[in-house]
Amino acid sequence: MELQTTIYIFVGLSFALYIGIAIWARAGSTSEFYAAGGSVHPVMNGMATAADWMSAASFISMAGLISNMGYGGALFLMGWTGGYVLLAMLLAPYLRKFGKFTVPQFIGDRFYSKSASTVAVICLLTASITYIIGQMTGVGVAFSRFLGVSSDTGIYVGMAIVFAYAVFGGMKGITYTQVAQYIVLILAYTIPAVFISLQLTGNVLPQLGLGSSLVGHDVSLLAKLDQVVTDLGFGKYTTALPGSTLNMFMYTLSLMIGTAGLPHVIMRFFTVPSVKDARSSAGWALVFIAILYTTAPAVAAMAKTNLIRTVTPGVVMKDTNVFEKDAAIKYEERPDWMKRWEKTGLLKFEDKNGDGRIQYYNDASKNADFQKKAADAGWKGNELNVNADIIVLANPEIALLPNWVIALVAAGGLAAALSTAAGLLMAISSAVSHDLVKGIFAPNISEKGELMTGKISMAVAIVISGWLGLNPPGFAAGTVALAFGIAASSLFPAIMMGIFSKKMNKEGAMAGMLSGLFVTLFYVFAHKGLFFIKGTEYLDLIGGPNSFFGITPEAFGSVGAIVNFVVAFLVDKVTKEPPAHIQAMVEAVRIPRGSKAVDGAH
Amino acid sequence: MKDEDSSHAYWKATLGLLTRILIIWFVVSFGAGILFAPLLNNIQLGGYPLGFWFAQQGSIYIFIVLIFYYAKKMNDIDRRFDVHED
Repeated sequence: MELQTTIYIFVGLSFALYIGIAIWARAGSTSEFYAAGGSVHPVMNGMATAADWMSAASFISMAGLISNMGYGGALFLMGWTGGYVLLAMLLAPYLRKFGKFTVPQFIGDRFYSKSASTVAVICLLTASITYIIGQMTGVGVAFSRFLGVSSDTGIYVGMAIVFAYAVFGGMKGITYTQVAQYIVLILAYTIPAVFISLQLTGNVLPQLGLGSSLVGHDVSLLAKLDQVVTDLGFGKYTTALPGSTLNMFMYTLSLMIGTAGLPHVIMRFFTVPSVKDARSSAGWALVFIAILYTTAPAVAAMAKTNLIRTVTPGVVMKDTNVFEKDAAIKYEERPDWMKRWEKTGLLKFEDKNGDGRIQYYNDASKNADFQKKAADAGWKGNELNVNADIIVLANPEIALLPNWVIALVAAGGLAAALSTAAGLLMAISSAVSHDLVKGIFAPNISEKGELMTGKISMAVAIVISGWLGLNPPGFAAGTVALAFGIAASSLFPAIMMGIFSKKMNKEGAMAGMLSGLFVTLFYVFAHKGLFFIKGTEYLDLIGGPNSFFGITPEAFGSVGAIVNFVVAFLVDKVTKEPPAHIQAMVEAVRIPRGSKAVDGAH
Repeated sequence: MKDEDSSHAYWKATLGLLTRILIIWFVVSFGAGILFAPLLNNIQLGGYPLGFWFAQQGSIYIFIVLIFYYAKKMNDIDRRFDVHED
């Protein structure tokens, strides 16, 4: 069967499955709409959390970035898994005991102030919308390949589908749909990885394949890759750093604490039956996440190897010298997958030296010896531009795997993007309708009115993020990292202090959240433009890119979090301590006994 | 034992457990995976340089173990201080 037809069938079937489940479990009351009546088993909840969590950034974008970054890509791997340890121990059980639907509710009650709740809503919306911009970028990539259109058109189609999808079912629909999505996406991710690992190393498990020798050679895959990328002027794969060690440290930390501060993940832990389950749920979620996250580095290294094998066929397996005249393939003889991706505009070839062959190398290399060799070989600059976000989707095509595998990956990528976008839209809609409108502006709003407000806010969020996604501030995973930085600098410290410090008062928490959010956004917007609008960057004002100790905007959330903690403690010291009943409430939240089902009423 | 003492001791036990786990959490990721990775890369684990392995594989496995260990120990502490659910 033809590839395109196979893709339509796989994507069509997977959609039919999700929609079927959503209809079957269609949400009734508001309480069910948001939290599925607090009755989801930890393993199921773990799978749904994993699907919710592993977005377009994890599925589509991450391995591609690791592929480019090498060792340094580990910051995504550690950052997006290590946060679960924090979440499981520092937040989940206590928030479950607290027994409310949303993060702003917790902040509002714990800090006995509607203003604190409003500040939390602002932080939540900023982080969630930034996150969805990243998703939209990923959705655009997936749909552009799937429909063979430009990535902009892909985003428009994606916006329409995400909207229909999120508005249709509530959380309950989403919880069971997400279990199905998890299964689709994990199969889609691991099956091609297994095939590719077998091809390259003969090892079935990609996790072990990455540490194995190349088929027919006694040199390990990683050692060979190190050598080949160095020959092409790139940094050594197993040691390449993103900027500096300090930046890698801060970046990883920012993703970790951002994980523990993201509202749509935290919300998941309100839906387990007990405090005990909240603790193990995070563990189950991480098990299901780790299946993808430990496969990703193998996918990354193997995709890099296969890409180099495609462009310069003899270099990896036959030790051909990269500078030899006919080492690179002729553009006319390029494989079909390149032609397919050229249509999306995400893969580009430009014959700079007019030899009709594809030279793929690092033309910005600082190694003078390498540059001289490249010039001697008649190379006039890198000629192949591969958008990092296409690596995973193109991976099975690059490895020349059967059509059904390619189709499965397309379905998986869409599942990942849709499930997270839907989860985030739920968080946004509940923050606006429940915390902002019902909690503050119109306490007497009817249940129907509340649901309607939620749906309208979803639509607005989709339009804004889709529009910004057309000119994204970075690759999908990079944009999502910014969202984590925002959550890390604003929400995480406030929630944590709300549980671990009895004396933290509303003034301290609010000042902390606002200053953390402000400092982070100030630095991020300096690089990426005010509200991510291109052309409004103000780098001169902060003294050039990454001017704060070489820390990139994606890593800046850690600094914002430190600012948040410090400001909160200082303000707390000079204002009066929280009332006695709040301190008693904190005591009560700390022990599991007496936990009850979540209750939306105030 | 008075209620107040007991809840104080419970919280102390909880914080003790958290501290121990956070130390391991930090050592495997920020330690072995980042700060000491160049040093550990001199050791090979199969075809993996060890620092690279911790950063891209090992730390994740250890995170999982840490959460389940935490959940188990925490349940024990709950029972010991008689604050468990049901």
